Amino acid sequence: MLGLGADRLRADMNRLLALLFHQGVLDEQFLQLQQLQDETSPNFVYEVVTIFFNESEKLLRNLRELLLDKEFSDYKKIGIHLNQFMGSSSSIGAKRVRNVCVAFRAASEQNNRAGCLRALELLEHEYCYLKNKLHELFQIEQQRAMAAAVRYPIQD
Amino acid sequence: MGMAAEAQFHVLAVDDSLIDRKLIERLLKNSSYQVTAVDSGSKALEFLGLREDDQTNPSPPSVPSNHHEMQVNLIITDYCMPGMTGYDLLKKIKESSSLKDIPVVIMSSENVPSRINRCLEEGAEEFLLKPVQLSDVNRLRPHLLKGKLREQKLQQQQQQLSPPPPQLPQQQQLQPLQQPQQPNNKRKSIEEGLSPERTRPRYSGLAVV
Repeated sequence: MLGLGADRLRADMNRLLALLFHQGVLDEQFLQLQQLQDETSPNFVYEVVTIFFNESEKLLRNLRELLLDKEFSDYKKIGIHLNQFMGSSSSIGAKRVRNVCVAFRAASEQNNRAGCLRALELLEHEYCYLKNKLHELFQIEQQRAMAAAVRYPIQD
Repeated sequence: MGMAAEAQFHVLAVDDSLIDRKLIERLLKNSSYQVTAVDSGSKALEFLGLREDDQTNPSPPSVPSNHHEMQVNLIITDYCMPGMTGYDLLKKIKESSSLKDIPVVIMSSENVPSRINRCLEEGAEEFLLKPVQLSDVNRLRPHLLKGKLREQKLQQQQQQLSPPPPQLPQQQQLQPLQQPQQPNNKRKSIEEGLSPERTRPRYSGLAVV
């Protein structure tokens, strides 16, 4: 009975992943991360994604602060933040977030402040969606691991 | 597991991005390489035992010097880094008599042909596009083997300069790559740099079985 729980949860996880791939939220780089996870590094994906969340939120805060400043003019700094964001999102397979960064960078290269603000909002939206979905994924994974562990209780 | 004859490759990874350092570290460890990851070109040079400038630095290095540890068999570095770029680091390594023979690989998230050519012309072995994948890491193996071969040849040459102690096994001139003499890799007498008299590596005497 408990075994069915673990299997059902695995199916839920796969369904969610398939949806995210279909929506273009994630790409095959995310699969690479999963492939690198093994017994010697069992929480690899979670660790990397957590670093990504922390760094991204810092970057988003910086971008917002820069753009909302009335005397803003430092498009170069925006570009530097975006390059970092592009790199990290590409490294974890966050395709849609990365694509918004590309558009954002184009606007900053044209010194287009309104365009930058629009891109920032879109970026925040995409990032939020990604974060929620990845949290969901980790939750299912955690439940599945627990269900599988109960299935094979440690005998004394 | 526990094969004493297994060759251990040591890779120095350089990237200012924490996520990419974690990624490259995992990729390399997955292929059973030993990894040291640093976040800048200057830290990389510190680790390799080379000062960025010629002035003596009174403060202790932030990264422990690698002088007496295992050799670095490959350096893999990001191109875009604040301060010293990967290209700058590559140049410094190739300009150094003690480091120029260590194979260097460049990584970049941007596919810029002129950038790629510049790096290859400066002596980089490969140019990898980010995000780096397992298949890319497999391409590193021949460069690591080449570096290891050179290191072994150097060890043989140095042992021929001084008579070997009696407890060492008799060294053959030709060694199959799969079984390096494990104790020799850790011998203190293996200098971190190359002997000054050494000009070019000579491979004519070595046949790969």
